[in-house]
Amino acid sequence: MDRFRMIFQYFQSNSESVMNGICGLLALASVKMYTSFDFSCPCLPQYNVAYGLGIMFVPPVILFLCGLILNRQSLVMLEEWRRPAGRRKKDLAVIRYLCSSIMQRAMVAPVVWIVVTLLDGKCLICAFSGSVDPEKFVGLVNVSTAWAQQLLAKVPCKDDELMRNNTSRKAVSRYLRCWSQALGWSILLILIIAAFLTRWLRPCFNQAALLQARHWSNYIDIEQKIFEETCCEHSRLFAHKCILHFFESMRQEIKLHSFSLLREGEEAEGEEDLLRGITNQDQVNKLLKTWYYEKPPLDVSQALQRHPLVQERSPLPWADNASTHSNLPRHTKV
Amino acid sequence: MDKFRMIFQFFQSNQESFMNGICGIMALASTQMYSAFDFNCPCLPLYNLAYGLGILLVPPFILFLLGFVLNNNISMLAEEWRRPQGQRGKDPSVLRYMFCSMAQRAMIAPAVWVSVTLLDGKCITCAFCTSVPVETLGNASHPRLSQGEIQRVLAQIPCREIYNGQQLIANEVAVRYLRCISQALGWCFVLLMTTLAFLVRSLRPCFSQAAFLKSRYWSHYIDIERKLFDETCAEHARSFAKVCIQQFFEGMNTDLVAARCHLPRKAPADAGEAAEKLLGITDQGTMNMALKSWHRCKPPLHLHPPALPTGNGWAGEGQPPTHLSAPQRETAAYYSWV
Repeated sequence: MDRFRMIFQYFQSNSESVMNGICGLLALASVKMYTSFDFSCPCLPQYNVAYGLGIMFVPPVILFLCGLILNRQSLVMLEEWRRPAGRRKKDLAVIRYLCSSIMQRAMVAPVVWIVVTLLDGKCLICAFSGSVDPEKFVGLVNVSTAWAQQLLAKVPCKDDELMRNNTSRKAVSRYLRCWSQALGWSILLILIIAAFLTRWLRPCFNQAALLQARHWSNYIDIEQKIFEETCCEHSRLFAHKCILHFFESMRQEIKLHSFSLLREGEEAEGEEDLLRGITNQDQVNKLLKTWYYEKPPLDVSQALQRHPLVQERSPLPWADNASTHSNLPRHTKV
Repeated sequence: MDKFRMIFQFFQSNQESFMNGICGIMALASTQMYSAFDFNCPCLPLYNLAYGLGILLVPPFILFLLGFVLNNNISMLAEEWRRPQGQRGKDPSVLRYMFCSMAQRAMIAPAVWVSVTLLDGKCITCAFCTSVPVETLGNASHPRLSQGEIQRVLAQIPCREIYNGQQLIANEVAVRYLRCISQALGWCFVLLMTTLAFLVRSLRPCFSQAAFLKSRYWSHYIDIERKLFDETCAEHARSFAKVCIQQFFEGMNTDLVAARCHLPRKAPADAGEAAEKLLGITDQGTMNMALKSWHRCKPPLHLHPPALPTGNGWAGEGQPPTHLSAPQRETAAYYSWV
């Protein structure tokens, strides 16, 4: 339990870790999407290229946009970029740092999709089977061009009646798959080397500026989180005070209109205090009706004034000509 | 147990996270519903289109409405919209913010259903199999059939086992073609939705960020205020019930004493807590009478003040009840200062 809480708190506290977590989840989702997607090449000359390349490039764009949407820091960065300067200068280095880290994380899932697609090979076979040179393959040498195109277009479909037992189909398929996998591995190698170099060579250039940018980007993120939490806390207290004030004002209204015996100077027992002077069905109904028809104004300054703890606060404008600590009753028009 | 409570508290504390959770669950439910649904194309010319498009469009509508129904905030929005102005003004931007955020969350499950349906391909294959271009995809050398016959044959494309138009157009060719179109539509739809979401999210900070912060704060406030009011009312109801029941038992006790005229009203001081809790009811007959009275004649919802009936309500001040109005006026004045 403790361990779980520690892990949870670690992820929550460090926004970068949360982003890394989301990035990893998106990459996994990308692989899962590919495996569950039912790839079916149309095997028609005009449609193959569009379908194959579409499946290879459209989902990465979607995954990239998802990576940007799900990343909290993108909102932080946009707000920091668009805010008026006010009393706090804007540091473009921080914005650039945030932008580059967001982009890097958002690129992971699309790259995973493209690499998985290439290593699997189906997309490239579908897209480029019609572009293969028929001369290279035994079964397609002595065939007219148009017919060869038709046959080549049907290579990705294993169960098609024309190509079911055609050995050239398997040859073309293997040829294209070989190219596809070579391309996939090469891209992977290039990207890993690029990532490796970036990470190793970065400390050689301007490390101090980087540390500053990272610190302040973290700061902006944390500051915004804390502001939101403080607002939530504040609205909770505000609501609490507002409701208590409402119950009190209902109690006074009831006292004004009823002549029932009530104890005043004594300590109320626990339950009566909770009842707040509302002790019969009609009063409760009136309270609920008033709550709906006339919600109290969003102003708890009066409620705070009545609270004993508030005596040390600054007096309200209309109490200027009296002692601030006096609780003596006065007929002041409120 | 602790772990669940912590997770639960995390979601509860942040209202938005809770709504996001529900949204995610509905999206998963939508996928699950689709895979559990047994799709059965009717394979008849006019029914195919209706069935296919119906399965494509009706469940998303249901899921959209369900998204609103499951969202607690809908009643809050309706209440805030319809309440009389009273002493508190209404801010239309807050209402707009609440509605937009609810609508955005409710759109996710329908979008997932439509995407999954299109990417799977069965609906479009069923709906549009009669529109397949036979001239380009089919055999040129087939005996001329009337239009109605062709439609009837094409309508059977989704049902492989009864398809008898292999001479007209190969079943696999037609299915592959339709599925390709369907998947292309599906990916385009997902791309469009994602782009829209991205634009909405990224353009907002560029315009009216301050107004957004204000709307968000006050919509959270309204939500929290409603919850706190419900909690306060529940607390009040609890105390009300407790005092009401206590007074009922005390009333029973008083009646018993009046009837028997010799039992002491209170137990001796050293009788202990248990005796006090018995509230003067110490035998079977009395208890049965109390229970019967509770059932036959529940006490009114009106708590009397706990002071003695002949006692002085203003204990400590020594004023007789006849001067009731005077002290009350002073009290009213005391409170009217604030």
